Amino acid sequence: MKKLLPELKKSFVTALWFVFLTFPILVIKVNTVRNTILWRWANMIAVFVMTMIFSWVWRRLLEKRARGERLVDLSRVLPRNLLDIDIKTVFARKKVSRPALVVLLVLAVLFPFIAGMYQTNIVTTALMYVILGLGLNIVISLGGLLQLGYAAFYAVGAYTYGILNTRFGLNFWIALPLGAVLAMLFGILLGFPVLRLKGDYLAIVTLGFAEICRIVLENWNDFSSGPSGINKIARPPLFGIKLTVPQSVIYLYFITLALVVLTVFVVRRLENSRLGRAWEAMREDSVASEAMGVNLTITKLSAFALGAFWAGLVGVLFAAKTTFINPASFTLMESILVLCIIVLGGMGSTAGVIIGALIIILLPEYLRAFTQYRMLLYGSILILMMVFRPGGIIPKVRKSYVFKADGKIEGAGHE
Amino acid sequence: MSDSILDAKNVTMNFGGLRALNNVSMSIRQGEIVALIGPNGAGKTTFFNCVTGVYPPSEGTITITPPGKSQEVINGLAPHVVAEKGLARTFQNIRLFQNMTVLENVMIGRHARLKSGILGAIFRDGSTREEEEKVIHDSYEILKKIELEKYVNEVAKNLPYGAQRLLEIARALATEPFLLLLDEPAAGMNPKETGHLDDLIVRIRDTEKVTIFLIEHDMSLVMRVSERIYVVDYGQLIAEGTPAEIKRNPVVIKAYLGEEVNA
Repeated sequence: MKKLLPELKKSFVTALWFVFLTFPILVIKVNTVRNTILWRWANMIAVFVMTMIFSWVWRRLLEKRARGERLVDLSRVLPRNLLDIDIKTVFARKKVSRPALVVLLVLAVLFPFIAGMYQTNIVTTALMYVILGLGLNIVISLGGLLQLGYAAFYAVGAYTYGILNTRFGLNFWIALPLGAVLAMLFGILLGFPVLRLKGDYLAIVTLGFAEICRIVLENWNDFSSGPSGINKIARPPLFGIKLTVPQSVIYLYFITLALVVLTVFVVRRLENSRLGRAWEAMREDSVASEAMGVNLTITKLSAFALGAFWAGLVGVLFAAKTTFINPASFTLMESILVLCIIVLGGMGSTAGVIIGALIIILLPEYLRAFTQYRMLLYGSILILMMVFRPGGIIPKVRKSYVFKADGKIEGAGHE
Repeated sequence: MSDSILDAKNVTMNFGGLRALNNVSMSIRQGEIVALIGPNGAGKTTFFNCVTGVYPPSEGTITITPPGKSQEVINGLAPHVVAEKGLARTFQNIRLFQNMTVLENVMIGRHARLKSGILGAIFRDGSTREEEEKVIHDSYEILKKIELEKYVNEVAKNLPYGAQRLLEIARALATEPFLLLLDEPAAGMNPKETGHLDDLIVRIRDTEKVTIFLIEHDMSLVMRVSERIYVVDYGQLIAEGTPAEIKRNPVVIKAYLGEEVNA
């Protein structure tokens, strides 16, 4: 009990500070028409009380973490033997993971027929962000290159399809690989000047690159029709059959789903390869990796190129889905959103990125009522994650091996 | 000097106005264990950095003659090219891939000896799969030699300090070098670990047919394992000889202990 007073004092000071910070926005309301000021004292009291409670809970949680306890003690709610099952090791077994994947895939295939057009539409968007997340994951989590200009490659893909389709009547299926490859070339183009940069410097240059791309698109009217954008982009064709809008929504869902499967497959194979190892080594220590024979130029450029590839792919999809694109869709916020997905889901973890994308994209759709607080919510979630679960929702599991006496090797972990 | 595998001639390294190395010439012969010693800041690590391509030397030439191959100049080559040519090194301040497992650290060492590229990784054809299996197997064998196999799936940063130093050696050995450059391998080790390191260095030389060139401050280790010693001070080569000669060399003693002041 003797701890109570200083604890109370701490909370009190925090609450006071918050009241001070929020005073100008939450308490004072100036009516500029009638030149009157409305003092909303009730808000001030609410902020004070809430901060007091929050700071109390916050410190309790931090203390719990310092003692190494679980933040939420499930043993009180669930039976003991259920808790002893380690979810990660269960899913690492092929017997469990294979059927689970099949069930998941069947559910995903049935989804558009069960849910309505609106649901299908937003899930398609979320799946597109899954691909973006997995692509950026290569650059950021594996390569350790803080790339904040991802939206630029996304724009390259979208404008490739937009321009080629509206001006030259190019088909979606031809534009899809074309957009991806073009984005890849842009990735290499950006890669060359930043070969020597890392960390914050790299972040700033990539950010600048993305802004340059956006501003060019906004101002080069002959090329990109400026801020008014390109409209009437064709939806993807299905063997020459004319699809109605609801049909093409479902069609696009399946295209996106197929591309997600492809991305997961390719990205995981890249991760567990010689190149993937080199990416990680570069992230961990570029000097040492070079001394071990890793060619940093190739490793870095390939990370940029292969990351940009997926952004280009999604760009084409995006243009085909919305049938209208303009530079406003490719702002810095877009890049940050994808970064949030990775951080929230778990750096370097495929399952984590998928979950992260679904949460970040779907949550605001279902919480339409709270649209105003969207950024506040993101911010709080990210801070909470950083403090209490820095590895993300599903942290990456490193591959481990069992070496048998007869020279046989058994891989455990993912794959 | 027919069997010399590394020749440094008049190597000078300037950092702006600071001359870190001044006309240093050395040569290392096949199968030797050579030590490079000198007081702090004498330019030992700088010399290693020049040899392994971290810095191109300002003046002078460095040539290598890998066993069974012809002589070639390696100044100014990028570090990864030098590693491919068969020079591997460890670092004074441990530079492991902290968040990767011990096995993966060694597997990176095999990087330059592998071939598979992006397409191989995606399609995982027969040759890529074979190569991957082989690299896991080979890396494990290397860990066994260094007696680190019990840590195989451990993340590198969780290893005890001495084991981290050994892992650096294992990783360097994985590149299949003909010359292994060890930068203070015993730094921070306790006497027992250092004793173990002695045996290991000699064993690596004997079983792996690797020539060893090491920087070390632990004089007892240097005197026990090395066959020849180079001494540098203020960027200058001040002595060369067997451990017994170096111990008696007045110039070396002066460099380490300072000069008597004649009042």
